Amino acid sequence: MESTLDIFVKAIFSENMIFAYFLGMCSYLAVSKTVKTGLGLGVAVIFVLGVTIPINYLLENYVLKEGALEWLNPAYGVNGSSTINLSFLSFIMFIAVIASIVQLVEMLVEKFAPALYGALGIFLPLIAVNCSILGGALFMQDRQYSTMTDAVAFGLGSGIGWLIAIVFIAAIREKIRYSNVPPALRGLGITFIITGLMGIAFMSFMGIDY
Amino acid sequence: MSESLEKVKAPSEPLFSKKNKKLITDPLSDNNPITIQVLGICSALAITVQVEQAFFMSASVLFVLIFGNLSISLLRNLIPSRVRIIVQLVVVASLVIIVNEVLQAFVPDVSEKLSVFVGLIITNCIIMGRFEAFAMGNKPWPSVLDAVGNAVGYAWILLVVAIFREVLGSGKFWGMEILPQGFYEMGYMNNNLMILPPMALIVVGIIIWIQRSKNPSLVEEH
Repeated sequence: MESTLDIFVKAIFSENMIFAYFLGMCSYLAVSKTVKTGLGLGVAVIFVLGVTIPINYLLENYVLKEGALEWLNPAYGVNGSSTINLSFLSFIMFIAVIASIVQLVEMLVEKFAPALYGALGIFLPLIAVNCSILGGALFMQDRQYSTMTDAVAFGLGSGIGWLIAIVFIAAIREKIRYSNVPPALRGLGITFIITGLMGIAFMSFMGIDY
Repeated sequence: MSESLEKVKAPSEPLFSKKNKKLITDPLSDNNPITIQVLGICSALAITVQVEQAFFMSASVLFVLIFGNLSISLLRNLIPSRVRIIVQLVVVASLVIIVNEVLQAFVPDVSEKLSVFVGLIITNCIIMGRFEAFAMGNKPWPSVLDAVGNAVGYAWILLVVAIFREVLGSGKFWGMEILPQGFYEMGYMNNNLMILPPMALIVVGIIIWIQRSKNPSLVEEH
């Protein structure tokens, strides 16, 4: 059985959202031109993952999973007479939770922390359609974490891993502006290849025995 | 947006007029969703280890994009613009649920391999991008053509990357051995690196490189 710390470290390094699963690549490529914006989006991703994963975890375990409605009536449980399995609804429930939480968070941050809104504001709407958020929820469902703490550790770890990836690539892209890249590779092409090389580097973390 | 709105005002044009043909052919190369617009990368890279997965993924995206674009285009005058993202997400999510159930029923092993990536079609930027940029402002028929063009543009990149990775990485095509045994006896070895995730990025990088050296107008400044 993995400990919570294992899940956290694994989510940051060897199962990094970008380098191992390519989740959130669209915004990763579009917003990584400078370190400052990359950092802003990365913090927003950690924030939203940290909020949505626990909510989706509760939803999964008390509503959607096979027999999860046992708390309503024992007959709906796994061994009950009329087991209910709502897992086919999980996509639409997860995305609805994510979209509404993002909207809610945006309004709350705007009202109560205008300074933070100034920094994160433009990134929050982008995040509703960032694959890493929905991907986090789906991985959480797939791997069936046993406790809420594990799920939160996984969410925060994935967010931090994503932040590390986008800040690194943004720093490299800032420097690469001064190098002589072949014209056809400039911009997108070289970013892909660098990300691939960074992915190979990050794979060395897989050798760590958890 | 205003430009595309004017386009469809022309009275009763033929089903496959020049403009409509362009809707299909443009996304195949000069305006390819993956290599030029950089949309939908997430899933494109993760499921290209085998051709079979790439094929089913492309077929799913084709289905979701056609029916999604069609529904959004039919609903375009009813959707209040403040909540349009949520409406779009609900439309995609329902279509993806259908796709997921069909895959689980008929090709369970592929569905198992695609795991979370079927669900991630929901947040595939190509789909939201086409809804936002095209279906919200155009009539149903051009929207369907636009969907076909973009989905096929997505599919061919996926299949090319998958063919490279599967043939070089495991010597197979669609799960069948295609390299003659003699190769291995002469000392040829499968390149295991091709199966690992980072190589997908590098293969796409090379496709972008080739495409841009052929068509210098696509080259970016930095």
